[in-house]
Amino acid sequence: MQYMLLIQHGDTPTPRDPEAWARLSDADKQAIVADYQALNQTEGVTPGRYMQEPAMATTVRVKDGQTLTTDGPFVEMKEALGGYLFYEAPDLDAAIELAARIPAARLGGAVEIRPLVEGY
Amino acid sequence: MSLEQSFREHWGRVLAALIGLLGDFELAEEAAQEAFAIAAERWPRDGAPANPAAWLIATARNRAINRIRRDRTLVAKTRLLAAELVPEAAMGADSSDPETEIPDERLELMFTCCHPALSLEAQVALTLRTLGGLSTEEIARAFLIPEPTMAQRLVRAKRKIRTAGVPFRVPAGHLLSDRLAAVTAVIYLVFNRGYSGRVDLAAEAIRLGRALAELMPDEPEVHGLLALMLLHHSRHRARFAGGELVLLSEQDSSLWDAAGIAEGRAVLERSLALRGRGPYVLQAAIASLHASPAGERDWAQIAALYAELARLTGSPVVELNWAIAVGEAEGPAAGLARLEQIPLEDLHYLHAARAEMLRRLGRRSAARRAYDRALELVHEPAERRLLERRRDELTDVAAGR
Repeated sequence: MQYMLLIQHGDTPTPRDPEAWARLSDADKQAIVADYQALNQTEGVTPGRYMQEPAMATTVRVKDGQTLTTDGPFVEMKEALGGYLFYEAPDLDAAIELAARIPAARLGGAVEIRPLVEGY
Repeated sequence: MSLEQSFREHWGRVLAALIGLLGDFELAEEAAQEAFAIAAERWPRDGAPANPAAWLIATARNRAINRIRRDRTLVAKTRLLAAELVPEAAMGADSSDPETEIPDERLELMFTCCHPALSLEAQVALTLRTLGGLSTEEIARAFLIPEPTMAQRLVRAKRKIRTAGVPFRVPAGHLLSDRLAAVTAVIYLVFNRGYSGRVDLAAEAIRLGRALAELMPDEPEVHGLLALMLLHHSRHRARFAGGELVLLSEQDSSLWDAAGIAEGRAVLERSLALRGRGPYVLQAAIASLHASPAGERDWAQIAALYAELARLTGSPVVELNWAIAVGEAEGPAAGLARLEQIPLEDLHYLHAARAEMLRRLGRRSAARRAYDRALELVHEPAERRLLERRRDELTDVAAGR
């Protein structure tokens, strides 16, 4: 099975937010960096690209032919998408275990697992 | 055994085997239905085969293979690629030890149906449909939901299992206790949904509990759950008299099902022998003590078990029951003191328990106020009438003096 893991960082601390990042202990920072590295090296994982923080997002809707552009992510800032990766796994339990290893999941964010449509 | 009983008996087992084989709920269900339809036509005429489950699985399997051969896209997904059709004459007829030939995959099916990636409502519905063999209409009726809504819920759950890759297997060791807790929670929820409607869900839950205990004989909580359900269920005929709720202390114990109590206690023994000390085992132990005639009930022991259960679960409702047991064991003043600390201001049981203790302490007007508060909060009509009776008894006695 092919899964996409959407990492809802929201406003959990990442290096892209230096203020929040600075509030973490050195041990926590090292653990987070090491955990992401380990994830990216896990068999079956295709790492996603780095994204700028949610505050840099622009959301576009079209209503009655009018393009409506708003500042910020589609959802609330604190639950916005912050990263993603792809995972080739035998089943959902394996994907759940990988998701539980993503630091954002324990730092107040969440990880959404989306199975991908095969053959496209 | 009637044909219908026989079908209910075999449905879960047959469907589980087919899902294991085909890897697809819809295909398995269709094939199983076809096989049961063929059996309904043939068995009354030719007699039932020696091993009905094996016959049903083999028949359904053959139907499914034929369908797959017509529909090549499914081939890659099934374990049937190299499978051969079984000659009908051989089906379940002469195998001496058929039980070992067809693996029992109901346990895999239970864990799949109760996977946390499905909503609790979907877990319950799917368990009743696949393992219990209830029809969509029966499940809809039991949960007071329109049938099309329930049908949609089942379709969506099956689609999620297939599309999201929910595994069909018993979880590995480090996942097992969490996942088993989900399975037992679904069964207990079905049990508590209980006695309403035409579908006897309590009996259905006990059937599921029995199957689970048979499949996981070394899990104390599984036996604890079964014991708890058996012990509760054995008192159900005494819980109502002419449509009115009867308090445990006033139940007619001759209406209890003695065989059910004995079986529940034997299952409880088994869970204790396995060193069970989990929430279901503790609740079953409490239920076992409750199933003694009113004068012989060991309230000190019941209170001690509730104390342990409260520590384990941190549940205020358990603390409420603990306080009630303390009130019986040590007197109403001790119970009342414990009751005052429980943060359940909006639960009518708390006020009903307070009222009982105040009544026993002779504080009549305070007791009446507590009954009034409980009556403001209660919804269930039978419970309301019981509370009104208790309150009015108090008024009558007071007025009579």
